[in-house]
Amino acid sequence: MPVFAGSELTCLRGDRLVFTGLDFRIAPGGALVLLGPNGSGKSSLLRVMAGLLKPIRGTLSWDGVSVADEPDAHRAKVQYVGHLDAVKPVLTAAENLAFWAALAGSGDPAAAALRALDRLGVPHIAGVPGRYLSAGQKRRLNLARLLAAPAPLWLLDEPTVALDRAAIALFEGLIAEHRAEGGMVALSTHTDIATPGGTELHLDDFTPYAADDHDEYGEGDGDESREHHDRHHDEGAAP
Amino acid sequence: MSRFLRLVGRDLRLALRQGSDATIAVMFFVLCVVLFPFGVGPEPNILARIAAGVIWVAALLASLLSLERLFQTDYEDGSLELLSLSSLPLEAAVVAKTLAHWLVTGVPLIVAAPLLAVLLNMDAEGFGVLVLTLTLGTPILSLIGSIGAALTLGARRGGVLLSLLILPLYIPVLIFGAGAIDAAINGLTPRPHLLLLAGILAAALPLAPWAGAAALRQAVE
Repeated sequence: MPVFAGSELTCLRGDRLVFTGLDFRIAPGGALVLLGPNGSGKSSLLRVMAGLLKPIRGTLSWDGVSVADEPDAHRAKVQYVGHLDAVKPVLTAAENLAFWAALAGSGDPAAAALRALDRLGVPHIAGVPGRYLSAGQKRRLNLARLLAAPAPLWLLDEPTVALDRAAIALFEGLIAEHRAEGGMVALSTHTDIATPGGTELHLDDFTPYAADDHDEYGEGDGDESREHHDRHHDEGAAP
Repeated sequence: MSRFLRLVGRDLRLALRQGSDATIAVMFFVLCVVLFPFGVGPEPNILARIAAGVIWVAALLASLLSLERLFQTDYEDGSLELLSLSSLPLEAAVVAKTLAHWLVTGVPLIVAAPLLAVLLNMDAEGFGVLVLTLTLGTPILSLIGSIGAALTLGARRGGVLLSLLILPLYIPVLIFGAGAIDAAINGLTPRPHLLLLAGILAAALPLAPWAGAAALRQAVE
């Protein structure tokens, strides 16, 4: 399985330079833990890795082959878990999950969905519509996507938000298993997720004029949450 | 192809379980047309004269009504990010979602239109052409609308902005749609109008998803 690497990455959000000159490398079985205060660009880096966000400079590559040259091959290798759970309120948990499994090309998506829910310890929610799920259950359902639609590289943006201790321990086990099979993980977190042998990447090392400019910092802090705020605002304002 | 059909199937299932989107468009269409006899008076000749235009304008507005929701919920709950990362090309995803949207909101309009034509005392010569123009025209409305829906994602008052963006682009469809019916009623051949409509559809089919996907990529950044 190939090595996923990024070199000289620079990311711009609006007119703010989030990070610059950032290099990383994830080998098969490896884990990259993104650390840094709010607004240091953890989510942005994960979105860059996923291909949702284009870096203004720098390249991502699989074994030296640039992702920009083969975007389709890259998409097939990546499974991204963001802040939003992508759970449809009117579909049952199993239907939600089976759709993503089918979209990833699973032969029997319904069975894959049930197996994945079972592995995450929530087989009983399979027939429950999304709108009745708790925040933690939605999160588990979103994480179950990693198993129902397997991909070598997991990109996890604060995956343990809303999870209880037992679920975090369970999830650590799944990450370890994925890595033992040669899979790769990049994750950002504020709680401790055990990733033995994982590499730490401190994003504030790559943030220009971050430490001494608190105003700029405060603004950056709101970057992600502001986006969500906007969306909710829109929902309210829509005619 | 199976991925494409999966997405169509999911959107149809969502629409049918939620129910409201599908029925609101057709109810709005019917009510909109029914208002005209009250406004312009029940004089049969006047109603017959304006029937084609009224039905077409109402169809435009009805299809616009639900367009705002086309990508909105997927955008809000994060599904759009995952769709754009899936191995289904985003252009194909736009076609799939637009197709599902048309099946849910466009087809009921086509079914309801002849009934409304009777209500407005439209000449029977025009019924067949009315259904034909709507069959060609409503997919164009959904396709052009999908560009607007993608462009206005995340904008405040997106629905109003969408109308302002899209309604001017609907004008050619309206001209040829209503023109074909008038031609048929007046004993002329509707063929040129229908060919032009089909031409617009043939152009919109590849171009709209391409533009829509580009706008969606901007939206998920």
